[in-house]
Amino acid sequence: MDLTYTGDDLVFRDQVRAFLEAELPADLRHKVVNHLRLHKDDYVRWHRILARQGWVAPGWPREYGGPGWTPVQRHIFDEECARAGTPTILPFGVNMVAPVIMAFGSQAQKDYYLPRILSCEDWWCQGYSEPGAGSDLAALKTSAVRDGDHYVVNGQKTWTTLAQHADMIFCLVRTDPSVRKQEGISFLLVDMHAPGVTVRPIIMLDEDHEVNEVFFDNVRVPVANLVGQENRGWTYAKYLLGHERTGIAAVGRSKRELARLKALARREQKDGAPLLRDPLFAAKVADVEIELMALEMTVLRVLADAHSAPGPEASVLKVRGTEIQQRLSELMVEAAGPLALPFDPAYLEGATAHSVIDDDFAAPLLPHYFNYRKTSIYGGSNEIQRNIISQMILGL
Amino acid sequence: MDFNFKEEQLQLADALRRWIARDYTFEVRRAIVASPAGVSDTAWATLAELGLTALPLPSSHGGFDGDAVDMFVVMQELGRGLVVEPYFATMLGAEFLRYGTAHGALLDRVASGDLKLACALGERQSRHDLRDIATRATRATGAGQDGWLLHGEKKVVLHGAQAGVLIVSARTGGAQRDEDGITLFAVPVDAPGVGTPGVATPGVAIRDVRMLDGQRAADVLLRDVRVDDDAVIGTVGSGWRVLEAVADHGAGLLCAEALGAMDALFGATLEYLKTRQQFGVAIGKFQALQHRMADMYVHLEQARSMALLAAVRLAGAARDPADGSAAAERRRAVAAAKYRVGQAARFVGQQAIQLHGGMGVTDELPASHYFRRLSTIELTLGDADHHLARFIAQPAFYDDEEAA
Repeated sequence: MDLTYTGDDLVFRDQVRAFLEAELPADLRHKVVNHLRLHKDDYVRWHRILARQGWVAPGWPREYGGPGWTPVQRHIFDEECARAGTPTILPFGVNMVAPVIMAFGSQAQKDYYLPRILSCEDWWCQGYSEPGAGSDLAALKTSAVRDGDHYVVNGQKTWTTLAQHADMIFCLVRTDPSVRKQEGISFLLVDMHAPGVTVRPIIMLDEDHEVNEVFFDNVRVPVANLVGQENRGWTYAKYLLGHERTGIAAVGRSKRELARLKALARREQKDGAPLLRDPLFAAKVADVEIELMALEMTVLRVLADAHSAPGPEASVLKVRGTEIQQRLSELMVEAAGPLALPFDPAYLEGATAHSVIDDDFAAPLLPHYFNYRKTSIYGGSNEIQRNIISQMILGL
Repeated sequence: MDFNFKEEQLQLADALRRWIARDYTFEVRRAIVASPAGVSDTAWATLAELGLTALPLPSSHGGFDGDAVDMFVVMQELGRGLVVEPYFATMLGAEFLRYGTAHGALLDRVASGDLKLACALGERQSRHDLRDIATRATRATGAGQDGWLLHGEKKVVLHGAQAGVLIVSARTGGAQRDEDGITLFAVPVDAPGVGTPGVATPGVAIRDVRMLDGQRAADVLLRDVRVDDDAVIGTVGSGWRVLEAVADHGAGLLCAEALGAMDALFGATLEYLKTRQQFGVAIGKFQALQHRMADMYVHLEQARSMALLAAVRLAGAARDPADGSAAAERRRAVAAAKYRVGQAARFVGQQAIQLHGGMGVTDELPASHYFRRLSTIELTLGDADHHLARFIAQPAFYDDEEAA
């Protein structure tokens, strides 16, 4: 039992830290740590900085352009990025479609798409959920009907994150309606610029445009864009779900948020003393801090068990990780109090340097709290995660 | 980074598990609990034979120099097996003795299994605050009289009636809740009392009481009990740092024991859900129960993480009364662990009883015995509120500037 990083790990950490200090643009850091809204250019800029360094796809094997890091090094990298306040690398290309292409795609797909994912030539989005297929994803109805060298795709996807920027979407589509629902699904790569694709914004409770509906009206997709075999898409989708390991716990990000919560609670006053000295508030902060300490250890335990297949432990991390993120966002609003109430979209969008109420710290907190309610719903709702824990881990 | 236990640790756990399965079954345990002594000499002899009484002691006194991680492994198995022998009390006492210099002979006897110890720390008014001490130690007076006279009453002394020597915290100075002025003594249970006008039956009086978890606790009355100067552990008047460090050590051991108990209780509940049939199916097929189990599992894993963290921090904290950064780390980790394990113990314990239905609230099944032990651990060496307040009181909580 030894919980310390090796000397090599510490050297690696210092390298990453030095790189981030030198290369993370101050304006991006400012937006991230202050919960301001990121634009497409912000994501792309940071993606390309990491790509130049060869660090944009830590999970990829070396042969495809990954850095060849150990699981512990990948964890350290994630932690350091979160600590520094980098934009996230959106998962849809690097962490979602790429592993599926690597495992099941054709050589032509690998040769064409993987380099473009690394360089952010293509912005990818995920076409899974539909109005009638949320947690019951296999109930999806979007159809792909073979017509010569093409599939003709009709239907609708929804909750499609940042599809307004996307060049490509990976879709689960129904290619055989006559068999058991899981057995008639295929994994298809669709050009978002193709005729018949329409994107319609969904405005969320923080009045941000983050997700969309995507409509397919007789969209013609080359058969070459089918990944793997027809009607095996459900297997590939499950492979993808199992690919997530420990990053989902977002421990590094939550540590940064905890520090920020404490900074806010030292600044705010209650009964003439810092709010963080108030026993009631301090107890709430300490409770979430301890939960986060425990989660960090749980993540490291899963990492150390690197020989086991990535699997259902990720559900534990997802449930607790998102609960902690939500709790922190909630406590930040409590700490700010009524100052959190005025809504200032111009400031959130970066159109003004300071918030109208002259409190840059407090202004983004309520939208952020509202926004983060999504975390226990997306990526397999926390109820679905509990199903996975009870069925896959406990055998119930 | 390495989360694996060493081969010897796994072997020890295995040996303990086999002994419990063979010789310390639920029915054997039930008979021990019901016996007048409440503990088993045979079982104690086996624990000594397995090397457990020597494990954490220094090799200079017949021990194996085991650390807090070794003890984690042992306590986890004792928790799984619901063992009611006075092992925890004795090992906690031995930890106290290691801070002194004059108690080597006692340590030798503990290592060989010849001597059991108990720790008389809490009092009627002190709740979880071990610095709240009314018991007084005064200099013995009179011709040829060195040493100290102890006077006071200690409450809920775990396995106090089964011990040969008590570790007693007493006040040699300061006000009742001061950190200064606390002195620790090793007091033989047969230490003589000194006849003082107005004091009836001087000496150590011990009243043994059974707790609902099957273990024993005692009321210890000290009436002008006379001990020699070398009964003092460490330095007169500055016992608080030692007391706090050893209490942390004990809280760490209890976290490990609780983890073993929770593991076993969770396993029993899972088994019950897979076998108990209602409405024509195993009740584990119902989603309401599945999600409860998933939540219990998350609690269990989070508690395991914290209990391990505490063990590692305790192993890394030197037995140095000076208050360095390792002590700060230890305090923070143990407070967090006892809080988190306490929360898990309550959730897993209560829900395991609930999921067992009527059988859960009977004396018959082990489930309620695990729940009773977990509830006892919650109230021993600081409850969740106590440790949360301690966590908040650490400078690291308020001043944490990391990445702010």
